[in-house]
Amino acid sequence: MHTLVLTKGVPDFREGQVSFDEDGHLERGKTPTVMNPNDKHALEAALQTKVRHGGTVSLMSMGPPGYKEVLQEGMADVYADDLYLLSDREMGAADTWATSITLSTGIDHLDDEPDIVFAGFKTADGETGHTGPQTCWCQDWPIVTHVVALDIDEEERTLRAKRLVEGDVEEIETVEAPLPCFVVADPEFEPTYRKADHRLRHKDLRAETQERAENFEDHLEVYDQEELNLDPDFIGLDGSPTIVAGVDPIPKAPSEREATMVDPGDEAGMASVFEELEPYAEAD
Amino acid sequence: MTDDYEHYEAVVVGAGPGGAAAAATLAQNGVETLVLERGVESGSKNVSGGLIYAEESAPYTIDGLFPNFRTEASERPVTEYYLHNVAGRKVKTIDLTDLHEHDTMWSDAVLRRHMDSWLEDRVHEVTRETGGGLLTGVRVDGLLREAGEIVGVTCEELDPIKADAIIAADGVNSELARDAGLMDWEDPEEWFQGVKAIVDMPEGAVAERFGVADDEGVAHLFSGDLFEGVRGGGFLYTNDDSLSIGTVFHLDSLVAEEAEPHELLDALLTHPLLDQWLQGEYEELEYGAKLVPDSKKAAHPSPHRGRLMLVGDAAGQMQAQGPIIKGMNHAVSAGALAAEAFSEAQTRDRPAEAGQRYETKLRDEGVMKKLRPTPYKIASAVGENDAVASMTDSLVDSSLGKLGIKAADRLGLLGRSFNSPFVMSVMPDTRTPYVTAPTAIAEALGTPVRAENDVEPPDLADRIGDLTYDVGDPHIELQDNSYEASGAAVAACPVSAKDFGGGCYRDETVKTNGHEEHLVSLDTQPCVECGTCAIVADTEWEHPAGGKGVEFKQG
Repeated sequence: MHTLVLTKGVPDFREGQVSFDEDGHLERGKTPTVMNPNDKHALEAALQTKVRHGGTVSLMSMGPPGYKEVLQEGMADVYADDLYLLSDREMGAADTWATSITLSTGIDHLDDEPDIVFAGFKTADGETGHTGPQTCWCQDWPIVTHVVALDIDEEERTLRAKRLVEGDVEEIETVEAPLPCFVVADPEFEPTYRKADHRLRHKDLRAETQERAENFEDHLEVYDQEELNLDPDFIGLDGSPTIVAGVDPIPKAPSEREATMVDPGDEAGMASVFEELEPYAEAD
Repeated sequence: MTDDYEHYEAVVVGAGPGGAAAAATLAQNGVETLVLERGVESGSKNVSGGLIYAEESAPYTIDGLFPNFRTEASERPVTEYYLHNVAGRKVKTIDLTDLHEHDTMWSDAVLRRHMDSWLEDRVHEVTRETGGGLLTGVRVDGLLREAGEIVGVTCEELDPIKADAIIAADGVNSELARDAGLMDWEDPEEWFQGVKAIVDMPEGAVAERFGVADDEGVAHLFSGDLFEGVRGGGFLYTNDDSLSIGTVFHLDSLVAEEAEPHELLDALLTHPLLDQWLQGEYEELEYGAKLVPDSKKAAHPSPHRGRLMLVGDAAGQMQAQGPIIKGMNHAVSAGALAAEAFSEAQTRDRPAEAGQRYETKLRDEGVMKKLRPTPYKIASAVGENDAVASMTDSLVDSSLGKLGIKAADRLGLLGRSFNSPFVMSVMPDTRTPYVTAPTAIAEALGTPVRAENDVEPPDLADRIGDLTYDVGDPHIELQDNSYEASGAAVAACPVSAKDFGGGCYRDETVKTNGHEEHLVSLDTQPCVECGTCAIVADTEWEHPAGGKGVEFKQG
């Protein structure tokens, strides 16, 4: 079973990592790039497939050369046998449409066609959720989205997935699809390993992948525009029909409370804090 | 249908020293071995007093099974061993190094999280080569039976697993031993309860304050009048850069005196004698507790049923030889012997004989004799008789007794009898050896300690607050919440106390229809999984799910 996971590098939006300038614009240079957090669930689903059925897990991304580390992160944090980076200046500034075309061509370029392509549920920066389904459309495969649990019948070449209906955790439907298939793992996706043998294999694979991630470049292939034989008019900025008319910062919610900062070492300041608190303190 | 279930030749439940020894020996014999450990990591559920022995007479030692154990997994060796008899400020110290060294190849202080997680890696490596391996976060919750016969185990996190041999090394509260009907939680007389604080020491302080080199360490024991008359004592062991300081008491005595275990620990921590080592500084790294079986009464003489064999604490294999407590070494021997028994039985194509072979090995290798010494049976029949016990106690405490103590000391008899393994193994479980005699010895011969010990140990709320928990579903159910049935747990539970609302057990008076009821309520969140309440209260007791509950970082 060959599975391919699509991932994207995104700014690390966690507090303490992300940096904004005075106008509220993201300072890209000061903010580290990490693997899109939702893609972790896609990798978990691919690893579950490998544990249960064997085969290989490939991880692919389109982006600048620095995205190598994003692929390394996926390899170390969850699992990957091999890594593919689609990287070329011509691919730069692509919207989701041009990205999908590039990724689809990348998939076609693999020696071994995947049985399942996994994607995560929307990226932390773009939040469109377009790239996975559009790439699937390019491949002309079936797609199952919002998947929370997955079973594969290798002999019948089908998969059976539990998916959230309209992203609602209360309602779950079970669907069947033929392979090859595109699967979007929901953030609620939980890999299940109910057999000791599966857990032991999972443990082996986790140890292996961490070791492999130390020399990840030995397992990395970089495809450029020439290698993929892509028409420059269909990729990158030139291939992107999206026009960004303008960007407005999200206004901060107005503060409803007043805050006063007091240094705990400031005796007079602290005394006034206690004075303020006194009416609220319950006296027995 | 059980045909679809996974099958392993051997399943070992629990990856402490007993389980590790069993698994490593099985693997060496080429047996496909699966080890299931409920903690997030081996050692995360384990607390021990903190000394492991390697006995000269033992069939197996942990460093024999796991090379480099002493350099990589243990703390300081115990090269000096003292017993302090305490009466108020008066202390009479007796050097017990001879007793400690009797039949001892070596003895090291250990911290279980570090030790067991070290073992985990080695066990996984060797068992993986057999087609098995070690999994953490899996709680085995029962035995799988077919037509009444034990054929495997059931787990909370996995589908049932069949096995030709099941080695239960799942600790003092073994659910498998209870499922098989081999052990119970009935008699407080069969158990001790230990509580322990791991105390941080500044760099170089252990060597300086205890006067030891880097490859040396000390054990100090304490008995006498510092524990409110509860039968038991205290200990202090030196680790590399910390101290293990704890107390161990007979559970029936704790209950009878309604003593609070954490307060008894504090009585030791704040005694003036400890000032020389604590020197006014006190940083507690971890508070823990554990139920300890008294093998003299609790060790199962025939610890097997069908394909199931019990090893270590699960079988009650914890020897209290007077002040010397040996548990882990016996678990190691038993684990390896159970593994040996199964390998031999399997080779002869008679796997069903494994249990009987294990029992024979425990006897032939002298393990059972140490756990249940025959002289104790005779001595206890006399010494633990109420009338005799009370007479002995009064005699020791009398002026005549104290004269005798002084005479015995002058003749060198006192030190000699404390250092006699025989005398120690026949010591009756009465007040006399734990409380009256040490107090009388200290009063007759002791020197007053002049120092002041002003350390302030944390209160129970802080101790609980400092522990790490991954709280799951409540794992203990109170069957009878009347104070008569379950009230003893309010004081005896090491994370509960009277007038403390943040512990597991709380007592409350409820007014209903004009009359008052004295009831007990339970919240399992702060539980340290010691099992005390399984014995002293009316509960349905289970371990939390795999990876859930308390996680000890020191152990």
